[in-house]
Amino acid sequence: MSDAVAGKDGDFSIADGQNLKQRLRKATSRARWQAVFMVAPLGVFVLLTFILPIAQMLFRSVDDPVVSDALPQTVVALESWTDRSELPEEAVYAALAADLKFLRAGGADGEGKSLIGRLATRLNFDTSGVRSTITKTARKVKKIEAPFKEAFIKADKKWGQPDIWASIDRLGGAVNSTQFLAALDLRQDVNGDIVSQPEVRQIYVTLWLRTLWISLLVTVICVALAYPVSYLLATLPLRISNLLIICVLLPFWTSLLVRTTSWIVVLGQNGVLLEALHLIGLVGEGADRPQLIYNMTGTIVAMTHILLPFMVLPLYSVMKGISPSYMRAARSLGANPTLAFVRVYLPQTVPGLGAGCILVFILAIGYYITPALVGGQDGQLISNFIAYHMQRSLNWGLAAALGTMLLAGVMALYWLYDKIVGINNMKLG
Amino acid sequence: MATNDDFIVRFENVQKSYDGESLVVKDLNLNVDRGEFLTMLGPSGSGKTTCLMMLAGFEPATHGEIYLNDRPINNVPPHKRGIGMVFQNYALFPHMTVAENLAFPLEVRGMSKADTEAKVTRALEMVRLGPFGGRRPAQLSGGQQQRVAVARALVFDPDLVLMDEPLGALDKNLREEMQYEIKHIHETVGVSVVYVTHDQSEALTMSNRVAVFDDGIIQQLAPPEELYERPVNAFVAYFIGENNRLYGTVKEVKGESSVVEIDGGGGMIESLAVNTGGVGSRTTLSLRPERVVVSPTAGSMQNVVSGKVEELIYLGDHIRTRMTVSGNNEFIVKVPNAQGHATLKVGEEVQLGWTTEDCRALDAPAGAA
Repeated sequence: MSDAVAGKDGDFSIADGQNLKQRLRKATSRARWQAVFMVAPLGVFVLLTFILPIAQMLFRSVDDPVVSDALPQTVVALESWTDRSELPEEAVYAALAADLKFLRAGGADGEGKSLIGRLATRLNFDTSGVRSTITKTARKVKKIEAPFKEAFIKADKKWGQPDIWASIDRLGGAVNSTQFLAALDLRQDVNGDIVSQPEVRQIYVTLWLRTLWISLLVTVICVALAYPVSYLLATLPLRISNLLIICVLLPFWTSLLVRTTSWIVVLGQNGVLLEALHLIGLVGEGADRPQLIYNMTGTIVAMTHILLPFMVLPLYSVMKGISPSYMRAARSLGANPTLAFVRVYLPQTVPGLGAGCILVFILAIGYYITPALVGGQDGQLISNFIAYHMQRSLNWGLAAALGTMLLAGVMALYWLYDKIVGINNMKLG
Repeated sequence: MATNDDFIVRFENVQKSYDGESLVVKDLNLNVDRGEFLTMLGPSGSGKTTCLMMLAGFEPATHGEIYLNDRPINNVPPHKRGIGMVFQNYALFPHMTVAENLAFPLEVRGMSKADTEAKVTRALEMVRLGPFGGRRPAQLSGGQQQRVAVARALVFDPDLVLMDEPLGALDKNLREEMQYEIKHIHETVGVSVVYVTHDQSEALTMSNRVAVFDDGIIQQLAPPEELYERPVNAFVAYFIGENNRLYGTVKEVKGESSVVEIDGGGGMIESLAVNTGGVGSRTTLSLRPERVVVSPTAGSMQNVVSGKVEELIYLGDHIRTRMTVSGNNEFIVKVPNAQGHATLKVGEEVQLGWTTEDCRALDAPAGAA
């Protein structure tokens, strides 16, 4: 019997000289191409406006061609500089003189002079105070004659210190990791060893820790506030819960800027909250009042308010699907209300809890507008510094390095979440 | 005389209202014997599920007292009642395996790991699911989930198990199979069961006694045979099994029986006076379709009327025949497909006969004078 069936199957699996797999592929290829064509416009749009610019921006964190473009001969000559306690040899000074003269004369493409400006800026980011050394020397380079070493040191004392040479050597590679070190408050010293930045220049580690801490705190507060609300929404009759859901969603329809600035009205020194507390005699006047805004408190309050819906919605949608009979079953099996909640209800809300936490945390870690408006000095997050380097200091390399690390951090968290909870176990709504 | 100790559950004058205006359960008095399988049967909204929820502790009684093992339990929270419960949708915890589900009631009671394991294994074997302990509920079929739910309600050895329409989600064949399985488990374990359903065949198959609910009141509490053979009112007769109804007026009372003139000019019918008033009162005659004989031999039946065949439905073992009798065109007769049975044709006029005992005169239809 089984032989007969197998034989029959064998007969059907070949038709027109093609086996079943080939025929299936042929039959479905039309649908596949249709799908590809329908997605193609969006794919191209995303590629051009999203993926390529981001990739280009991320590449900037390591792509650093200014020094190698401006001083090609010097960079090559510096390869022989091994004893970092001594100054480089005469040949290196000669190479620098040649490079600078070439740039003053217009350089390879006639843009030599502006390249000198960029070189000065770039080196200044790495070793502060050398901008004028470069520009001044470049202006006088025509008059610099052999012996070059003395002439350079006469033009500017800094040429007589190894620091500037180490800086040129470090940045001489078109691709280098200086910006990533800077983003962690680290630098390479003259000998190429990685050391901490001088204390006055250390800001980023504190900033990273603060960003993580605030994001974590906001996530925890959101869980604490959203869990009971979501539970209430999920258990109330539909007529009432729909109304309350609108209240939760209402902030979504209001501009982020309006919501943030309204916190300024509420939390300000003469704001609604403090005036009300003053009326009932809980706070004093003027300097006695606690500072609630333009500091970390302001950032935390405003961010929690804005991110709360992102926690409520996934939780609500998960809780909505949990039948009340589970809790009843747990109770009837002998579990007291607390135990029934912990053993039966809570584990079933983990997909929503995980989704909400990861959503809120990732949004919080990259938050910009709210800390910028209400954060003051100690409420600034890493994004504010990325924006600062993009718009003010124009140190795009450092901004890109900070951005890359932020992205990597989020990816790592996502991976960790997948390992612990499982991404398939996430429910967004 | 039975003492209160013989009853595992007693409802005493229990009332329940959800809105403070209407009573869902009106003055319920019910005793459940130890080891009994008692079914609460009724249409939806009849108050049967509410009774079960009050017994389980999920709904407070508005009035009256419920006793479990002769102990009032109105103020005992559900987790301290020690009652096993099987829910309509099983309510198996989806994030736990089958074995973890079964171990749950034992763990919360602080039972040792070894004892728990032994009990879980035994419970799984009882419902023939030995190899399935490591699976998640979602990986089981409906019938298997149902068996796990039953095993979980029994694993901690409760005296009483409540079942709230546990077979409602299963298809017909599986439902029948599970009916027997639950019945057998009840017989082997010896636990008392209070079972809620709206399916009368389920109630008749499984129960020792059935309480028929309607409108918040127990209409009749009796073993299945009695419920079917001797319904005490029109609702029970209508709800349990198939039933022909003829309306009429009592003309004469002769001891146990009464003579009723049926509406539509069908003549006088002699019937068993079960639930009627005196002469002149309205009544409903209840008659099972299988007790009607087509073309009876003369003198064998007390009642003979003529009927017109309207429709014939062939059902294999019998032919379901719809007839018009005394103006009622919903009169059903089951003609057995036996050797030499009468062959009927649509439009034919035949004589129908039945005995006085099979025709029960019950209460008047609601709203009729």
